[in-house]
Amino acid sequence: MAQQEGQTAHEGQSHPIGVYLKIWALLFVLSTASYLVDYFHLESYLRWSLILIFMVLKAGLIIAVFMHMMWERLALMYAILVPPLLVIVFMAIMAIESGYVFGNRGVFFLVGP
Amino acid sequence: MAQPATSTAAGTPTTPNNIDGFVADWSSDQRAFKNVPWGKAMMWIFLLSDTFIFSCFLISYMSVRKSTTVKWPPVSEVFSLSFGGTPIPLILIAIMTFILISSSGTMAMAVNFGYRKDRKKAAILMLVTAAFGATFVGMQAFEWTKLIVEEGVRPWGNPMGAAQFGSTFFMITGFHGFHVSVGVLFLIIIARKVWRGDYDTQRKGFFTSRKGSYESVEIMGLYWHFVDLVWVFIFAFFYLW
Repeated sequence: MAQQEGQTAHEGQSHPIGVYLKIWALLFVLSTASYLVDYFHLESYLRWSLILIFMVLKAGLIIAVFMHMMWERLALMYAILVPPLLVIVFMAIMAIESGYVFGNRGVFFLVGP
Repeated sequence: MAQPATSTAAGTPTTPNNIDGFVADWSSDQRAFKNVPWGKAMMWIFLLSDTFIFSCFLISYMSVRKSTTVKWPPVSEVFSLSFGGTPIPLILIAIMTFILISSSGTMAMAVNFGYRKDRKKAAILMLVTAAFGATFVGMQAFEWTKLIVEEGVRPWGNPMGAAQFGSTFFMITGFHGFHVSVGVLFLIIIARKVWRGDYDTQRKGFFTSRKGSYESVEIMGLYWHFVDLVWVFIFAFFYLW
C-alpha cells in the first residue's frame, strides 16, 4: 500500500519519478481544458461549473501528489485541510453582503439621495 | 551553545493511521505530527496562514466585483495578445500557467532526486525551477507594463469599466508575483547548498547554524507548489470567471 510505503520510508517521501511525470501531464491537460472554456466562449453556469471542476481537480492533484499530502498521516492532513473549509463560510457571508450592497446601490442610483 | 534538536523524524509512529490514531496523536503528552520533521510541519502551518491571506484577497475581489454597478472590463480581451495576426484571448496567461505547472513538475522531481542523494540532478532541477519562476515573473512584468502603459489601467480606474478591476488585479497578482520572486531566491539558496553537498557533509547553515538535511528540499518544494496552487485559483477566479 502507498499509505504504508510513505510511513515506513525513513528517507522521507520516496516515490517513483513516473508518478510525477503522469501528474504533470494530467495538469497540462486540465490547464488546456480550462483555457478552452474561455477560448470557446462558453457562458453562464456551464462556464462557471467547468472552471470550478478543473480548478478543484488541479488543486487536488497538486496537494495530493506534488505536496505528498496523500502519503501523510491523518494528524497532519486534517490539521491543514480542514481549516480552509471555513473560508467557504466567509465567502458565503460576503456573497450575501455584496448582494445587499449591490441592491442598495441600485436603489440609490434609481431614486437618488 | 546547546546543540539544537535535529530535524529528523522520530521514526515509525506507534499509533494507527485512522481516526483513532488521529485522536491519539492530538491528545495531551503526544507529539502531534509523528513522522514529520518540525520544519515541514511549520512550513505547512505557514502555508495555511498564507491560504487565508490569499482567500481574503480573492473574497474581497468577489465582493467588489459582485457589488459594483459598473460593467466589469472584458478580461478575456484585456489580456489578449496578437502575434502579428488576430489577437488570441488570454494567451499570455495560458503560457504563464503552463510555465508555472512545468516548474512544479521539475520541483517535484528535484525533491525526489534529493532524497536519493543525487545532488547534481536535484540542484540542476531546482535551478530549472528557478528559471521557470523567473520567466513567469518576467512575463508578469510585461503584462503589467502593457496594462499600465497601453491600456491605461490604474488601481483607481481604467478606461474599460469598473475601477475595482485595477485595484484587485494589482493587489492579487502583485502579491502572488512577490511570492514567486521570493521563491526564486529561496530556490537558488537551497540549490547552492545541495550542489555543495551541505546536507551530506553536515555543514552548518550560515544563518541558523543548524545542520540541514534533504528535507529542506522538500520543504522548499512545499512552498513552491503552494505558489503554483495559488495561481490555479487566481487563474480560475480572476482570469477565467
